[in-house]
Amino acid sequence: MPQHIEAQYQEILNEYVKKQTEQNLYVGQNFSRQLILENISPEEVISMHKAAIGELYSDLPDVVWHSFDFLIEMMINYGLALQERQSLLKRQEELKVEMDLAANVQETLLKTKLPSLDGLDIGLLSIPAKKMNGDYIYFVSDYDGYAGVAVADVIGKGLPAALCMSMIKFGMDSLNSSHALPKDVLGVINRIVEKSVDDSMFVSMFYANYDAGAARLTYGSAGHEPAILYRAGSGEFSELEAKGLLLGVSPAAVYEEHSVILEKGDMVIMMTDGVTEGRTEEGFIERDVIYKLIEQKKTEPAQAIVQHVYDELERMQNAELQDDFTLVVYKKG
Amino acid sequence: MSDQSSVEILTEWDIVAARQLGRNVAKELGFGTVDQARITTAISELARNIYLYAGQGRIEIQQLAENGMKGILIIAADSGPGIPDVRKVMEDGFTTSGGLGAGLPGVKRLMDDFKIETIQGEGTDIRATKWLR
Repeated sequence: MPQHIEAQYQEILNEYVKKQTEQNLYVGQNFSRQLILENISPEEVISMHKAAIGELYSDLPDVVWHSFDFLIEMMINYGLALQERQSLLKRQEELKVEMDLAANVQETLLKTKLPSLDGLDIGLLSIPAKKMNGDYIYFVSDYDGYAGVAVADVIGKGLPAALCMSMIKFGMDSLNSSHALPKDVLGVINRIVEKSVDDSMFVSMFYANYDAGAARLTYGSAGHEPAILYRAGSGEFSELEAKGLLLGVSPAAVYEEHSVILEKGDMVIMMTDGVTEGRTEEGFIERDVIYKLIEQKKTEPAQAIVQHVYDELERMQNAELQDDFTLVVYKKG
Repeated sequence: MSDQSSVEILTEWDIVAARQLGRNVAKELGFGTVDQARITTAISELARNIYLYAGQGRIEIQQLAENGMKGILIIAADSGPGIPDVRKVMEDGFTTSGGLGAGLPGVKRLMDDFKIETIQGEGTDIRATKWLR
């Protein structure tokens, strides 16, 4: 124990023993912070206290000195708990740095390029609830008038989900065709996930392929949240559903596919359950709420629409995102 | 040179005897109250581990004198089942006693030097030293 600390402690203690003011207690508390910073353990503080009192009042009865020794014995485990806590905090800090690095790698690895297609306006927003995003978006486009998009949600979050996603990405890369049909894409990815991922991990995925020439959107779903279709002409909303098991459940799963023709101003809104399963004080967010938010901005660009939906839903949930949030809008210009 | 004495650990009361032996030696060597408390806590923890997991064993206390320094060496030896995953028991936040014991990482912190040798099915030998400053 450094001598200047002992001397300082004795002085502060002496002030307080002479005069029990709040000011003196305040000084003492500030001093205790310095002790913690210098890694001085509780048992050492008591030992220091005993020594200080011994110098100030040497004629106290033995029972007082014995009681201090007893208190020192009592404090040893508290001192150990403090040291353990500090070492765990350090470990936590290291893990945080590692997670940040992993999140960066994930971001780079899973980067996807928004297709640029005449007559199609695309909006995209994907916000992770924690560091690692469990939602995954993959665009396929090769300048021939097709724009494919996969919206996937790995059930389970964080690191394991991120690792699983890399696999989906490489599966999609291997297909490498914007013409690929949803039922085939889902079938291939299903077999990859089924083979490579342990039984506790499932992936839901919506795959849509837009053919700009025919203005036709063909889609399929593997147990994923239905997409929303907005018809500009009638102002009506409906759901785009397609039957299919979650990816990774059975290698024999088959996937349906359907098509719709988009008219000017029509929109297809694809999302993950982080959008619909957000909770407000009144309960789950209803689809009607999302319809209303889309309607409010229906004449604006697709990116402004997704941003608006996110901002409003975030506001309703007091800025506490429960789940990864992903929204993709295809709007026919 | 070294002086040695030991306590057989068979019952919970033997933990107290091991502490007493350690405290006497620590006091004799000139350790202050705080260090005496640390040394006896380490002995407690090691003796308790023997009592709980090995059933029986021995705590040995030696006085050390090396390069003009004096110190105390605690040896905890048993012929119990051994520790299957030493790395795990040396991790913070992992205590097999289920309670809030100091655990082996605690013993390591309380002392200056800590060595553990364990063989499954043969037993465990732990040596912890504290030097007088």
